[in-house]
Amino acid sequence: MLRGLLKLTWVEIKIFFREPLGAIGTVVTPVLVFILFGWLGTHIVPERSLAAGPGLRIDVPVFAAVLIAINAVLSLVAIMAIYREGGILKRLRATPLRPQTILTAHVLVKLILTAATLTLALMAGKRYYPVGADVPLVGFGFALLISTWSILSIGFLISSIVPTARFAQPIGAVILYPMLVLSGLFFPLDGLPPALRALTRALPFTYSVSLLRGIWHGDSWAMHVGDVAALAIVFVICTALSAKVFRWE
Amino acid sequence: MDDVSFDVYDGEIFGLIGPNGAGKTTTMECVEGLRTPDHGRISVLDLDPFRDTYKLQDRIGVQLQEAQLQKRIKVKEAVHLWASLYNKKTSEGDRLLEQLGLADKRNSWFMTLSGGQKQRLFIVLALINDPEVVFLDELTTGLDPQSRRAIWELVRGIRERGKTVFLTTHLMEEAERLCDRVAIIEHGRIIDMDTPERLIRRYCPERTVVLAAADPTAEARFRSMPGVEEVAAHDGLITIRGSGEHLVTEVIQCLSENRIHVTDFRTILPNLEDVFLKVTGHSIRD
Ligand SMILES: Nc1ncnc2c1ncn2[C@@H]1O[C@H](COP(=O)(O)OP(=O)(O)OP(=O)(O)O)[C@@H](O)[C@H]1O
Ligand SMILES: [Mg+2]
Repeated sequence: MLRGLLKLTWVEIKIFFREPLGAIGTVVTPVLVFILFGWLGTHIVPERSLAAGPGLRIDVPVFAAVLIAINAVLSLVAIMAIYREGGILKRLRATPLRPQTILTAHVLVKLILTAATLTLALMAGKRYYPVGADVPLVGFGFALLISTWSILSIGFLISSIVPTARFAQPIGAVILYPMLVLSGLFFPLDGLPPALRALTRALPFTYSVSLLRGIWHGDSWAMHVGDVAALAIVFVICTALSAKVFRWE
Repeated sequence: MDDVSFDVYDGEIFGLIGPNGAGKTTTMECVEGLRTPDHGRISVLDLDPFRDTYKLQDRIGVQLQEAQLQKRIKVKEAVHLWASLYNKKTSEGDRLLEQLGLADKRNSWFMTLSGGQKQRLFIVLALINDPEVVFLDELTTGLDPQSRRAIWELVRGIRERGKTVFLTTHLMEEAERLCDRVAIIEHGRIIDMDTPERLIRRYCPERTVVLAAADPTAEARFRSMPGVEEVAAHDGLITIRGSGEHLVTEVIQCLSENRIHVTDFRTILPNLEDVFLKVTGHSIRD
């Protein structure tokens, strides 16, 4: 079935780029945000880094990376809902294609787009974020793929439960963005009350941010085994759950 | 669905007819393995549609009643994708596109096709693996008369090549012309099942002759004929209703024996639509 998977993935990528709005939202926006932050950093904030202030603790590359992942997930949720509503999923299922092959094709599309967007962002943002030899780009890209993969499984869970395509994007956003706020990307989690601390530990973004930030700043992978394991657990749980509740029509 | 049980034989065109919501699509999707029945047993090509779903999908072709493809997929991309899913050559798809008059739409996006063109594309996709059994759920809905006839020819061609066709339709004319056997289904139950001819004979034995005759004695003569149930005259047109195969012969005999001069003569035979009306108590359109 590998041939079917590759063929379907390729067709879906082509279709994706035929829809201008989707392509802009998923690929162009994160790249622009990345550049904008970089520009602000060099021209407005004298220290050239938004991470400098004591209250604000944004790592722009990490922020952009997470944004890329979220965009990928939101677009996955929307596509699944539209495909379900239009009977496209049903039509694809009435073929020798395995259901998991159909879903894997969409995950692959998103991962490929994520990788492409990240590459674009890094290339476009080169002048603002001079990447030293100490930043392991390949490792960072790999960390982003792991994060996206894991968060995509949440996307599948969301798309299993959204009633109609109209709700897909808003529901996805309402679930994902609060998770992002509590991820430790914008403020340190240590200061939070214990209940919220516990909550953040249950949220996958916490681990993606920790992983991405660590790798960006040159940590070894060994220091982030816990993050990767947590993301893997999220993936397994969400995949198992959505396998149970996913509706094809 | 309740107690639905039927066999479709090798190499026949089998039709499921019934009003909206009767359960045609539901039945068909169970047989295709797309829907799991609460209970009961189904066997297609000696396979169980649920345990052997993928093995079955390889050997059947499916056209769903309400399917869509990706809005921006090109016709040829869809066809080539489908061909590769069944390990077929893409040239097979191109040939079918040609046959169904879609060759000049090869590079069009799915969303730009007209309803009938989409329908024809779905028929191409259903036939691309040269399936042993073809499932067609309302295959000619939305097609113009010309395409409809072309599709009927195509379906007969499928049977000619020894394949089996299982279809649903709202069009009684379609069922009558195309199907070897039909099952009438209503409220999830099969009411009857047979060849269209036999169903008509069973439920609608009546014949009607309409003729135009100026002879004032004609009406009374027809009325005294055996087998005649009703004679009505209106505007010089006489309508004779009766039952039995002999009615028409007897009317003709009566005309010649009495030297009644007629300027118009036609017979009205009951069709599946009348059968449907009779067995369900209402028209399929209600
Ligand atoms: N997913 C579903 N959940 C609950 N009820 C359903 C579902 N799908 C169909 N039904 C109901 O089952 C009945 C049969 O539907 P079905 O689609 O099989 O009818 P049909 O004979 O194909 O009608 P049509 O001629 O309109 O295509 C309908 O009353 C419908 O409301
Ligand atoms: Mg139907």
